[in-house]
Amino acid sequence: MSSPVSGDFSVSPGTPLIPVLEALDISKQFYGIKALSNVAVQIYQGEILAIIGENGAGKSTLMKVLAGVHQPDSGQVRINGAAVNFYSPSDAMKHGISLIHQELNLADNLTIADNLFLGRELLWAGPLKLLDRKAMLKLGAKFLARVGLDVDPSVLVGSLPPGQKQLVEIARSLSLNGRILIMDEPTSSLSQKESDQLVEVIKELSSEGVSVVYISHRLGEVKRVAHRVVGLRDGRNAGTLATHEISHDAMVRMMVGRDLEKFSKPMALDQSVKVRLELKQFKFIGGTPSGVTFQLKSGEILGMAGLVGAGRTELAETLFGIRPSQGGKAILDGEIFLPRSPVDAIAAGLLLVPEDRRHHGLILLQSIKHNLSLPNLKTISRFFLVDPFKEAKLSSDSIQRLGIKTTNANKLAGLLSGGNQQKVVLAKWLAVGPKVLILDEPTRGVDVGAKAEIYELIRHLASLGVAILMISSDMEEVIRLSQRVIVLHEGNLQGELSGNDINEESVMLLATGSKEVNVK
Amino acid sequence: MIRIFGILVVVFTLYALLMMSDPQARSLENHINLERRIGEWGVLTLGVGFVIITGGIDLSIGSVVCLAAVSFGLFLENGFNPYIGAVLVLIVSAFIGWIHGVLITKGNLQPFIVTLCGLFIYRGLAQLLTLIKFKELGQKFSQGWDTPGRVLRDSSRDVGIGDRQDLDAFLFLQRGNLPLGDWLGLPDAIGPWLNIPMPLVLLFFLAIVATVFLHQSVYGRYLYALGFNEQAAKYAGIRTDRYKTIAYILCSTLAGLGGILFLLKVRSASPSNAGSWFELYAITGAVLGGFSLRGGEGMVVGILLGTAILPLLRSFVIFAGIPSDLEFTVIGLALLLGTVADEIVRRQTGTRLFERIAGFFIKPKSTAT
Repeated sequence: MSSPVSGDFSVSPGTPLIPVLEALDISKQFYGIKALSNVAVQIYQGEILAIIGENGAGKSTLMKVLAGVHQPDSGQVRINGAAVNFYSPSDAMKHGISLIHQELNLADNLTIADNLFLGRELLWAGPLKLLDRKAMLKLGAKFLARVGLDVDPSVLVGSLPPGQKQLVEIARSLSLNGRILIMDEPTSSLSQKESDQLVEVIKELSSEGVSVVYISHRLGEVKRVAHRVVGLRDGRNAGTLATHEISHDAMVRMMVGRDLEKFSKPMALDQSVKVRLELKQFKFIGGTPSGVTFQLKSGEILGMAGLVGAGRTELAETLFGIRPSQGGKAILDGEIFLPRSPVDAIAAGLLLVPEDRRHHGLILLQSIKHNLSLPNLKTISRFFLVDPFKEAKLSSDSIQRLGIKTTNANKLAGLLSGGNQQKVVLAKWLAVGPKVLILDEPTRGVDVGAKAEIYELIRHLASLGVAILMISSDMEEVIRLSQRVIVLHEGNLQGELSGNDINEESVMLLATGSKEVNVK
Repeated sequence: MIRIFGILVVVFTLYALLMMSDPQARSLENHINLERRIGEWGVLTLGVGFVIITGGIDLSIGSVVCLAAVSFGLFLENGFNPYIGAVLVLIVSAFIGWIHGVLITKGNLQPFIVTLCGLFIYRGLAQLLTLIKFKELGQKFSQGWDTPGRVLRDSSRDVGIGDRQDLDAFLFLQRGNLPLGDWLGLPDAIGPWLNIPMPLVLLFFLAIVATVFLHQSVYGRYLYALGFNEQAAKYAGIRTDRYKTIAYILCSTLAGLGGILFLLKVRSASPSNAGSWFELYAITGAVLGGFSLRGGEGMVVGILLGTAILPLLRSFVIFAGIPSDLEFTVIGLALLLGTVADEIVRRQTGTRLFERIAGFFIKPKSTAT
C-alpha cells in the first residue's frame, strides 16, 4: 500500500491524468525546525483527498503552502501542470484555491451576504460607491443554496451555529470561483449531525467537479468521504491509500509508522501503593455527560493522550480550579476535593504546570527570582513583609537544584530558553511541595537536551511519591515515561492502557475514536 | 531604575528653567506654593498608581474628591464632630472603591467604563446632596411629613467650612508647616526654606507607607504580578480579584482624603467644579513618573517625581510670561514631547548611552547564583 507518492496514480477512472493542483518536493523550515521535507501531493479534478497525520506532522503547513499563506523554501506548486508562485493567499485565490481555516475567518457582526461579498461588494452604478444590498442578497442566496444552506442571507453570521458558519465559508469560496477547496479540520468543532451535512455538501461539490483537500482527525469520516488518503509523518510523505485500501488500521499504521523504537518501560507499580487522586464520573466543560473515572497512585506517572481538542487541558484546568467542575467526584488522599480556584488546589497540594507557559505559567517581564517566589511568598515572609534573604535562598536553591541555566536570578524570565523557562515553572511548584502534579505538554517548545533533563526530573519526582498526571501529544514521551496511559477522545475517556499494551498504534486507535476499550 | 533617572533629569531641568525664568519664581513663597501643590496632587497620584499597577485606570478621582469635599462640608455645617465626619467620608470613599473593584472583577466590566460612570455619578450625587435641606428633612422625620417647608432647594450651592472654630488640627494639616528649619535653629536666610508644608509632609509619609506596601510586602508583589500577567498570577494561586479590588479601594480612599484637604484649602467648594480635571492630573503624574498603563510597571519614587512635573510646568508657564490661555497647550505639548522622547530613548541605541550614564550613578545589582 505505502508506495512512494511520486508515481502513484491510483485515480478513479475517468479522471484526467494531469492533476489540477500538484505540490512537488516541498520543503519548509521555521526557525531552523523542519516542518516539511520533500513532500509531494497531487489533487485531481473532482477528487476528495484526505490528508492525515499526527499533531505536528506538517499537515497544516502543507495546506498553507498550497494556499499561498507560506512560501516553500524549495519545491514547486503546479496548477494544471504549469508551475506557479503564490506570494499571498490572494494569488492562490486567483487560481481558484481557497483555504478554509480551523478558526473561521468570518465577521460575526456582519450579515451572511456582507461576509460573502466582503472586500468586493456589489455597487450601484455611479460615482458614489453605494452598496447594492438587494443584488448581494439575491446572489448570496444563490450561493447558499449551492451548499444546501436554507438561511436568509440578511441574517447575522454571529447568530449561526458553527456548522452553518462552515457552510457560509464554503459558499464564500464558491462565490470566489473556487475550484479547489482546502479544509483544515472542518468538522473539529461540529456536532455529528452538522458533520454529516457538511460531508454531504462536500460530496455534492465533488460531483460538480470541485476538488476538496480535507484534513481530519476523524478517521471514520475520512473513510466515508475520501477518494484517496495521503499520510504525513514528521513532515514527510508516509504513503498514499487508494479508495479500496482505506481502512482504520491502514490509516493508523500510516500515521504512526512501522518502525517503532523500543524503550525501556518504566517499572509497573506495586498493587499495594496507595491511591492519591481518584476521579469518579468527574464532569468538566468539554467532557461527556458521563464524566471520567480513573485513579492516580502515589509515585505513578499516568500519561494522558489524545488529539488536540480532546478535552485534556480542560480536564486538567478543572482539577486545578480554573474552570468550574460540572459534577462528579474527585477524592484527594481520601478527602473530597472540590477546588473553586487555584488557591484551593494549591492548598490541597494539586499543582498544574500549564500548557501555555508564556501566558499562564510565567510572568515573562518579571525576574526569575520573583517568578519562583510568587506562590511561595507566604512562607518566605515575616508578617506580610518579604524576607529578602529567604527569597534569595529560595531562588538560588531552585536554580541549583534544577540546573536552570542563567547568569543571574534577577534576569527576566522571558529571556530564558524554553527549557529553562519550564524548569522555572517546575521549580516554583517544587518549592510549594506537590502531592499531585499535573503536567500539560511539559516539553512543548523545549529543546532535546532540556527535554531529557525534564524527563529525569519527572521520574525523580515520581520516585519521591508525587503522583504525576502527564498530558502529552508527544507519543514517544507518553510511551517512555508512563506506567499507564489513559486516552481521551472528544471529552470521553476512551480507554486505558498499561504495561506492554502501551504503543503508538493502540494509543492512536483510541485517540482517533476508532476503538474503545471499556474501563471498569 | 533607569527610567527613574530619566524622570529625575526632566524634573531638574524643568526646575532649572523655572528658576531662570523670573526672580519671583525663586522666591520662598513660590517654593512653598509648589511644595503644597505637589503634596495635594501627590496624594491622588499615589492612589491612582496602585490602580495603574494592576493595569486598570480610575477616571472618577476628581468626582470622588468633589463628593468627599462636599460631604465633609455638609457634616461640618450640620454640626458633626470633624473627626467623625472625616472618618465617615473616608469610609464612604473606600466603599466607592470597593464597588469599582467588584464591578470590574466580578462583573467583568472594563475599568475605564466603570470609573467613567463614577465620574458622572459622584459629581451628580454631590450636587444632589447640596440641594437637600437637612434641617427640614430632620423635622419631617421627627414631626411627620405634613410639616410645612420644602426639603429640596431649587439649585445646588457651594458648601464650606463656615466659621467652625474646632478645625485647628485639620487646618494645620492643610496650611501648617513642619518647622524643620526653626527646630534646627537655622538663620533666617535658610530656616524658612526648610519649613515644609504639611501636605507635602503627608505625601512623604504616605509614600513611605506605600513603598513598604508595594516594594517590600507580599501584597505589593501580588499587585505587580497580576499587573504584568493576570492569568499567570491566577495560575500561581493568587486571589487576583481580591487584590485588584484592594487597589481600587486604596485609590478612592486617597481621593477621599484629597477631597477633605481640598475643602480645607478652598474653605468653600462648589459641587459643579470642585476637583474637576484632578483624575487627569493624577494619571498624568503617574504616567510621567514611569507607570505604564499596560500595568506592572512603576515605583513610588516615580510618583513623587512625576507628580512634581505638572506644578513645575504650570509655574513655568506663569513666570516665563507665556499667556495663561496657552497653559493647557504648553502642558499638553510638553507631555507629548516627554512621551516621545522616552520612546525614542528606549528604542534607539541611545538606551546604551543612557544606561551608561545611569550606571554611573546606580550600581548594578550583584549577581546571585
